[in-house]
Amino acid sequence: MSISNTMRSALIAAGMGAACAPFVAVFVLPAWSQTVSASAISINNFAFKPQTLTVKAGTTVTWTNKDADAHGIASSNNAFARSKALDTNDDYSFTFSTPGTYQYFCYIHPQMTGTIVVE
Amino acid sequence: MSEFDPDQRVNRRKVLECMAWTGTGVLWAISGGVPHSVGIIDEAVAQEPHGLTFLQISDSHIGFHLPPNPNALGTLEECIAKVNALPKKPAFMIHTGDISHLSLTSQFDDADKIIGQSRLDVHYVPGEHDLVDPEQKLFLDRYGHGTKGAGWHSFSANGVHFVGLVNVHDLKAGGLGNLGNDQLEWLEKDLNAHTASTPIVVFAHIPLWTVYPAWGWGTEDGTQALSYLKRFGSVTVLNGHIHQVMQKVEGTVTFHSARSTAFPQPAPGTAPFPGPMKEVAADKLRTMLGIANVTFKQNEQRLAIIDNSLQT
Repeated sequence: MSISNTMRSALIAAGMGAACAPFVAVFVLPAWSQTVSASAISINNFAFKPQTLTVKAGTTVTWTNKDADAHGIASSNNAFARSKALDTNDDYSFTFSTPGTYQYFCYIHPQMTGTIVVE
Repeated sequence: MSEFDPDQRVNRRKVLECMAWTGTGVLWAISGGVPHSVGIIDEAVAQEPHGLTFLQISDSHIGFHLPPNPNALGTLEECIAKVNALPKKPAFMIHTGDISHLSLTSQFDDADKIIGQSRLDVHYVPGEHDLVDPEQKLFLDRYGHGTKGAGWHSFSANGVHFVGLVNVHDLKAGGLGNLGNDQLEWLEKDLNAHTASTPIVVFAHIPLWTVYPAWGWGTEDGTQALSYLKRFGSVTVLNGHIHQVMQKVEGTVTFHSARSTAFPQPAPGTAPFPGPMKEVAADKLRTMLGIANVTFKQNEQRLAIIDNSLQT
């Protein structure tokens, strides 16, 4: 009984996956960390999302400011170039070629911090 | 009524909101050594304070153009018109930072053009929004003449010693505002030249006292700076940054933060994050913006600070 229900659910999920794949993909990926080859961070409600991002070496990371206030990206130990001040909807990209852990913060609101792990 | 009475908490929150929603500027009166607010601008006009009077404006954020205020230059101009309408011309003005929103030359130009209409001497300290040009030099090039380091400076007027501090340079990840050792050493020496009976006014962008660390509303080494001020009989600390009026008195030290001329921010802890309050109704906005007017009277003990909203 329960096996049959599970199978039915799986079949329904597969059907939905075929119909609306992007929705299902978002559902399946863990929210706290993503491994991808080109990647985006949104700045929203005074926070970096995701706060920790894991990427492969050579990935270009793009931050986009979705807040009404301005923000700016700076490495905590000057390990990568600082962005210009980002007005609403401005973005900033940097390509991380060397593996390592990169801590960064908003240089306008330093209580906002984030991490990029380059594998 | 218990300390945790829920109605009491609601009332307290309402009081905080009201404090946050009332502002055009603060009129300061220095009377016998201690600055005190004279009330909002219209009250100040009614009282016609005698003695040294100066103005504080803050957080004009020229370049900001989103809800709740699509025209930050326009509300600054309304504030300066209020200043020009004061019956007694203030001796000078201080601007406690965030003149611009993005440190663009055009934004500083626009601010200067409007503030210049007051025909007052203006003493500036930077906000973090004024130091975000790529080389971080436009603020100092324009406003830093005769200052030290990142723009700190002092001057005296009518027997009162004024100190402008910079706590928005060299901000560190996860941290609050920061003065740094060079500035603290300079401050200690600067204050040593004055007797304990000299009234002191300190102004800086981010509050020197800890208002709300989760939002970065405080200064990491502010306590060190305040320790140098302990021996003085009258100390007034004026700040901006939080875009709302907040005041507290601790011994001989009065702390006061001014409204923005551009947009209000929520009272600490009343919203999940800081930033512009987007939902403010157009007819309420001007009750939450303002300037401050300060009067010093020679034979009284307090500076009078009047917070003036653009609209009551």
